[in-house]
Amino acid sequence: MSYPKGTIVRNSTLTRVNHWITGLCFVLLTLSGLAMFHPVFFWLSNLFGSGQWMRALHPWLGVCLIVSFLGLFIQFWRDNLWNRDDVEWAKSLDKVLDNREEEVPPVGRFNAGQKAVFWGMALIIPVLFVTGILIWEVYFGGATSIETQRVAVLIHSMAAIGAILIWITHVYAALWVKGSMRAMLHGWVTPGWAHRHHRKWFRSLVASGSPGPTPDSTAKFREH
Amino acid sequence: MADLQSQDYIRRSATNLTPPSARHHELEVAKLIDVSRCIGCKACQSACMEWNNLRPEMEEFQGAYENPHDLNPGTWTLMRFAEYEDEQGNLEWLIRKDGCMHCEDPGCLKACPAPGAIVQYANGIVDFISENCIGCGYCVKGCPFNIPRISAQDHKSYKCTLCSDRVGVGLEPACVKTCPTGAIMFGSKDDMKDWAGERIAELKERGFQNAGLYDPPEVGGTHVMYVLHHADKPSLYSGLPDKPHISALVGAWKGFLKPVALAGLAFAAVGAFVHSIVAGPNETTEEDEAHARLEMEKAKREGSAKS
Repeated sequence: MSYPKGTIVRNSTLTRVNHWITGLCFVLLTLSGLAMFHPVFFWLSNLFGSGQWMRALHPWLGVCLIVSFLGLFIQFWRDNLWNRDDVEWAKSLDKVLDNREEEVPPVGRFNAGQKAVFWGMALIIPVLFVTGILIWEVYFGGATSIETQRVAVLIHSMAAIGAILIWITHVYAALWVKGSMRAMLHGWVTPGWAHRHHRKWFRSLVASGSPGPTPDSTAKFREH
Repeated sequence: MADLQSQDYIRRSATNLTPPSARHHELEVAKLIDVSRCIGCKACQSACMEWNNLRPEMEEFQGAYENPHDLNPGTWTLMRFAEYEDEQGNLEWLIRKDGCMHCEDPGCLKACPAPGAIVQYANGIVDFISENCIGCGYCVKGCPFNIPRISAQDHKSYKCTLCSDRVGVGLEPACVKTCPTGAIMFGSKDDMKDWAGERIAELKERGFQNAGLYDPPEVGGTHVMYVLHHADKPSLYSGLPDKPHISALVGAWKGFLKPVALAGLAFAAVGAFVHSIVAGPNETTEEDEAHARLEMEKAKREGSAKS
């Protein structure tokens, strides 16, 4: 993959492919899950052919999601570790929401909001996976007691709502902060974008002479 | 069962609208199973298989009188046998015909996510409409009596229909018709309660002080009722629940969580939209690019100065 001259790599091709597989699974799981959660959404089952097809597909999509998310986790966890910058950033959340980002303390590759999305998903997806297995009627319907499954389905529903709320935040932030969609679709950002939103990350790349996405990335990823 | 429009719906799963209800002049029916008159012949099981064209798979002998050992997608009613030693040391053989209780407040219907897969007719019968069933198993979680069984072949849920097809055309359920001792009776719920009252009085005369009717109010009463000699201890009868109720977990899942979740999702979506029109987009400016360029050039100069 080549990137336009003078740009910075925000997400490698591998990361982007991995991200959109996860995203596709998540959206399909949300549509089918909501259809099974509340009657006002049941019509969404038609997107999957029928209610039976939807019921059959949903757990398999879940399996794909957790495998895919594991890939994202491995690529992102290190840069999502919490540090002091995040506390300062979070204190300035009002300025962030008001688009006065020049007054906000600089952060690294991810800000506290992005880290919250990351760790929120990293916590909820395994919960959804485990409770989902317990209520996977076809293969595990007889494996646990009905009472266990009642607990599991309640937790599964609540966790899913939590995940969808995080997802709404995630999608909105990507639409709100211009340049973010391109960063995940095509992989690159302008130096100005990096300077504005992730100044410490920008400076670490400049100092190391790396094209991104991390200071130890080598230039072989792109041709400038 | 087939969708019987000749009977009127009063409840329909996963449906917010009022179901068709013009044919409302229907008596509430009930099946009364007089356990004290049951001889355990299993004729009701055979009749159920006969009428409903069920032929469950042959099983291995499991060392008990039950045959098969449990309800399954092809066994909608099952004689359960319990040996009980009373206070005087007498052995009592407590035989109970197990199957759907046709609750007035059906947990299966409450839990079902598929519109119209579970319906309740005005006569009280709770029926599974197979073509709408998606095989999720939520009815199993909703049921306080552990009745529905999901078929591994067609992924549909099955249980006793109270012969809704027969009742719809004025016949009694197959098990009632076949019972040789009259232990299973069928009629209006009021008539069945009267019958039960007479029978309970007889049983009390014979020394069963705790004889009584099993029509648990926790599920709004049932359209299958038992006359029990030990109505104070229903669990003696192969685990008939003493106080059957829809699990509080199912209540939370199907009750408060649904509106709260919808409100939360709507709030998040509307909140994001409001932020978008109030705060607007966060765009990288030419100034940001200039700052970045300066820093990059400075780094380059320092780099080349070192080398």
